Amino acid sequence: MAKPALPEARAYQALARTREIPRPIGLNVVRAFVVGGMISVLGQMLMWMYENFFGFTEKGANNPTVATLVFLSVLLTGLGVYDRIAQWAGAGTIVPITGFANTMASSALDAKAEGYVLGVGANMFKVAGPVIVFGTVAAFVVALVKTIFTVL
Amino acid sequence: MFPNRPGIIASAVVGGPKEGEGPLAGDFDLIYDDVYVGMQTYEQAERKLLETAADIAMKKAGLDKADLDLFIAGDLLSQGITASFTARTLTMPFIGLNGACSTSMEGLALAALAVDSGRANRVLTGTASHNMAAERTYRYPTEYGAQKPPTAQWTVTGAGAGIVSLDPAPVIITAATIGRVVDLGLKDPLNMGAAMAPAAFDTIVTHLDDMTRSPDDYDLIVTGDLGRIGRELALELFEKEGVRVDPKRFVDAGLMIYREEQEVFAGASGTASSAAVFYGHVMKHLLSGTLFRILMVATGALMSPTTYQQGESIPTIAHAVAVERVM
Repeated sequence: MAKPALPEARAYQALARTREIPRPIGLNVVRAFVVGGMISVLGQMLMWMYENFFGFTEKGANNPTVATLVFLSVLLTGLGVYDRIAQWAGAGTIVPITGFANTMASSALDAKAEGYVLGVGANMFKVAGPVIVFGTVAAFVVALVKTIFTVL
Repeated sequence: MFPNRPGIIASAVVGGPKEGEGPLAGDFDLIYDDVYVGMQTYEQAERKLLETAADIAMKKAGLDKADLDLFIAGDLLSQGITASFTARTLTMPFIGLNGACSTSMEGLALAALAVDSGRANRVLTGTASHNMAAERTYRYPTEYGAQKPPTAQWTVTGAGAGIVSLDPAPVIITAATIGRVVDLGLKDPLNMGAAMAPAAFDTIVTHLDDMTRSPDDYDLIVTGDLGRIGRELALELFEKEGVRVDPKRFVDAGLMIYREEQEVFAGASGTASSAAVFYGHVMKHLLSGTLFRILMVATGALMSPTTYQQGESIPTIAHAVAVERVM
């Protein structure tokens, strides 16, 4: 009996694609909506709290609200819970400010073993870095477009 | 083929807490209930796992490190630090391997070769992997909340080690087939099982052809970490080429270590996946006489984060070792 041959690459790629377990997109979207929405509602409640009980203006209440959410996110990251919630919630926990806090806290925790300067310092923005870079680039482009239109 | 019948005179496996909750918990010699296994970093933890597995194997064989001639080991971390730092502790002649998840059987095949040729009397071989150490080397920070797709696999925290010698042993290594690198152009590192399936297929059919055996000559053909998708694809390749493999006797170590509800996606992976199942579960069954002849196929994906980011596909390899109970 001749030795069986390996399949042709393209044919195998096509076969492998059909066997892939697809990401449950519909379910992921629903979960992301629910969790993301809950985080937003929590944020809104915090904002009312800061406005009504701590005498912040509507604009001023923004800062302590964000700080509280970031604090909670970092705390949950440190306790090792955040990544578990995120596996369930997907974009629901990544998109809000809590996701950004998680990228920084998790990177910092991870790099602690390599020391504070070359470890934590150098790696803290490892995951968050691209967000800042492209956030700034996008803001610049938007500002440019707006300026051009107002000048015209 | 190894005419002088090198045997596995002792073996040991250790695991982490998650492995201790799995169905194979009873096959581990030692389960740590702390992912740091009492160390400061995940890298140190991985080292400790390999050192402990080596220690237990030596104890079981009633040997001291001075009785051993060679240590052949590898791991998943950069520059093989786990294996080489363990070799530092063992102060033994050392060969480091870098076969990704195929390292376990690569090491066993080389150990059998060294012993069979008469160049070494007793060789210690082993490998370790650690889930968090692998995550931070290859993927994201361990606490980072990124959602993994259902095709992803979970790196096993654990280690397995064995001692190979010509001393009479109930389990002997009859043959080994070193695989060639196979790359059919798959690129997704979160679906490595599919990338590795053709390598497993290629090595198995080469082995059967060389030995003029059929899959039915083995009680079990055990692959290292193909996971659910990879195993299915491998079975499909066999079917297409007319190689009759009984699905019940074609099992994957990656699907044995954890229970369904342990959230490991498509199954386990890592060098310790094949090592833990082989040096623990399979050895136990061979020793107790419930299994007689096994083909263990460790599969490895040979990419790095750099090659992935540069858009390269994933080269894969599989090494097969045939073991038999003789007494």
